[in-house]
Amino acid sequence: MTDQPADIRSVRARRSAWENVRRTLATAPISAWFGMIVIAIYAIAAIFAPLIAPHGEAEVVGKAYQPAFGDYLLGTDQIGRDLFSRLIYGARNTIGIALLTTMISFLVGGTLGVLTALKRGWFDQTASRIVDAFLAIPVLIFALMLLAVFGRSITNLILILALLDSTRVFRLARATALNVVVMDYVEAAKLRGEGLRWIVFREIVPNILPPLITEFGLRFCFVFLTIASLSFLGVGIQPPTADWGSMVAESKALINFPVKTFPYLPAPFYPAIAIALLTIAVNFVVDWFLHKTSGLRDEL
Amino acid sequence: MNSEQQRVKGEVLIEIKGLKIEGNADGVWHPIVKGVDLTLKRGEVLGLIGESGAGKSTIGLAAMGFARPGCRIVDGSIVFNGIDLRKASDDRKRDLWGSRIAYVAQSAAAAFNPAHQLIDQTVETAVNHSVMGRSKAEADAVELYRRLQLPNPDTIGDRYPHQVSGGQLQRAMTAMAMSCRPDLIIFDEPTTALDVTTQVEVLAAMRDIVEQFNTAAIYITHDLAVVAQMADRIMVLRHGKEVEEAPTRDMLKEPKEDYTKTLWAVRKLAKEESVSDDVVLRVHEVDASYSSVVKVLDNVTVQLPRGRTVSVVGESGSGKSTLARAITGLLPPSKGEIYFNDKPLSAALRDRDKDTLRRIQMIYQSADTSLNPRQTIRDIIGRPIEFYHGIRGAACDRKVAELLDAIELSENFIDRLPTELSGGQKQRISIARALAAEPEIIICDEVTSALDQIVQEEILTLLMRLQKETNVSYLFITHDIATVRAISDEIVVMYQGRVVQQGPKSKVLNPPYPAYTELLLSSVPEMDPDWLTNLLARRKAEAKV
Repeated sequence: MTDQPADIRSVRARRSAWENVRRTLATAPISAWFGMIVIAIYAIAAIFAPLIAPHGEAEVVGKAYQPAFGDYLLGTDQIGRDLFSRLIYGARNTIGIALLTTMISFLVGGTLGVLTALKRGWFDQTASRIVDAFLAIPVLIFALMLLAVFGRSITNLILILALLDSTRVFRLARATALNVVVMDYVEAAKLRGEGLRWIVFREIVPNILPPLITEFGLRFCFVFLTIASLSFLGVGIQPPTADWGSMVAESKALINFPVKTFPYLPAPFYPAIAIALLTIAVNFVVDWFLHKTSGLRDEL
Repeated sequence: MNSEQQRVKGEVLIEIKGLKIEGNADGVWHPIVKGVDLTLKRGEVLGLIGESGAGKSTIGLAAMGFARPGCRIVDGSIVFNGIDLRKASDDRKRDLWGSRIAYVAQSAAAAFNPAHQLIDQTVETAVNHSVMGRSKAEADAVELYRRLQLPNPDTIGDRYPHQVSGGQLQRAMTAMAMSCRPDLIIFDEPTTALDVTTQVEVLAAMRDIVEQFNTAAIYITHDLAVVAQMADRIMVLRHGKEVEEAPTRDMLKEPKEDYTKTLWAVRKLAKEESVSDDVVLRVHEVDASYSSVVKVLDNVTVQLPRGRTVSVVGESGSGKSTLARAITGLLPPSKGEIYFNDKPLSAALRDRDKDTLRRIQMIYQSADTSLNPRQTIRDIIGRPIEFYHGIRGAACDRKVAELLDAIELSENFIDRLPTELSGGQKQRISIARALAAEPEIIICDEVTSALDQIVQEEILTLLMRLQKETNVSYLFITHDIATVRAISDEIVVMYQGRVVQQGPKSKVLNPPYPAYTELLLSSVPEMDPDWLTNLLARRKAEAKV
């Protein structure tokens, strides 16, 4: 078999990652497509904000409280900045910060969760009890307190929210990993002499990925809403940086003053709709993913 | 309704005609049962046998008018004592279930609620169906426990499911099924999960109680020898169709169909015993325990000759699997040494080097849990090749293809996931993964226990062929004496953590036996329908002496 190259059977090559993605997308339902398209539009808006937005983020362009669909698409805010431009810049700030926070919380919480499930013993006990203590305090109040102590900066905001959120991820990762670490294939990998990295990332993580990714989608929405809440309360993202939560806060006085009837909505509605739409879109995609990977389908 | 007078023997109790059932997989309905007829008279026991996927359990449940989620009864009639179960309302059927038709499932451990005492669960059906009052039902349950020969029948009902053994739990479930004196009991593999020595007791108890109350029964199993003890008639099923049906004795004497004959043929597989002095692995006076109190292995000494097969037999709890854990280093022994190629082996896994790990491989009982469901066959078999031999890419793929060829699977399997394979194919993949390391020893932990008889034979043949080709040694852990007979050179009998006997197959399987080996060997059911009766009579006589 080695002497004659012509005789060597060529084994079918591995299917490419791109091919896998294409096959998966072909089966996506319409709700998932809706979600993906909305997320894509948000992503484009966030990335290319300076190119899309007609005006600058903090640029005062006209008089305060201009109505929508006039000179400015969505009107202007209390000091005359273009609301539409701020909405686009807000996508960049709010989504970017939420995404970064969620990723950090998953990296920390997920890794710790799997490791505790694998090691058990005192390491597990210590980590779990600390997390329990954190979980006992309501997130918003805890975040307010920590922000008051460490100061209101975006870095602090991200780190504090990531830390608080990672406790929930830790719980989920540990619980799901506990069911996987007892499997014979994990023991087989240990017997083979595999290192910790292989066991965690090749044997365990792929098997707990569906619930984790689902949780990622949901946690992203929660973080996003928490940031919006904090900004609304005035301790989150600071002016003049545009952000949907603070935009709602700034124009909250206008909630009772629709300038005209439909489609003219009160100003705080626009950022609120942006928040709601993204949350729904992410949930659609996550739903589809969960359905696809959990084997829930066809169970009657 | 349940008075003894109405239980006339000979009256047709249940009649199934042209039964067709479909199952749903990935949104497509495909037939599982393709037109089966079945009649059962009062007091009669019908054995349903066949390999997995033959539709045995589906038919058993259909006899209750029930289709599992994902299944639907599409055609045929099911008439139970004049009641058409296909037309009967759910309320009507619920009324029958438990009180007139009872079901005994394979896993008693999974069927009992761990949070309630046995007696509460035993009387629940009778009380809920208002067959009798609570105190009467409890007295009756104790009487049933006694008839089923459970120890301490007066108080065992106060225990929780985890406080009794598997065999006792299975008998308690039979008591639960009998509590309303049903006309029909469906036994679905009730002894499959039990040790042979326990199985004998449970079989005897179930047979007695069915006879005493003149209950009709459908007995579902894949074990021919067991069905021969229990059934008056046997129906052989395959792919959802009846192959043949006959009274037990006729069927055993002269099966008509070819398929039945293949089932009946006693294991064709046999290996010439051969002894060798070249010892590859020596376990020397090893003790091991999980907590520091109970010794699970007590002074165990076992030798494994190169290129030979040593079978370790014993019931559950005898320490067979713990021995494997001690050898692999998962459970370092508290005393004693393990020598590998005459060199002492480090006790703990993490102290062993990669090459030592490579030489000792393991195959597990359940291929479902030993193959990572998220890895393709390419990754599962390819990983040890890459990890131990450093071969990557196309060369590694070629090796994987060669191994697939060696285990008689097509190269097309390479990109499949384990969930897309059958039980036998999965076990072949496990074998290929072990072989990929090019080991000197493979520890096989109950590798055929979860498989059908025919598939078992294929796997064993494959293992024997591979041994001839690669001179690998097998430490074969099993509770199945037929398998031991077929493949071993030497046998180790274990009981409660100790080695009762080790020696060449011909010596261990022939008298004189130590007492435990005798008990173990005599408890293995034989094809003779009188085997159980004779065995019980013999044991009774011996007990008197």
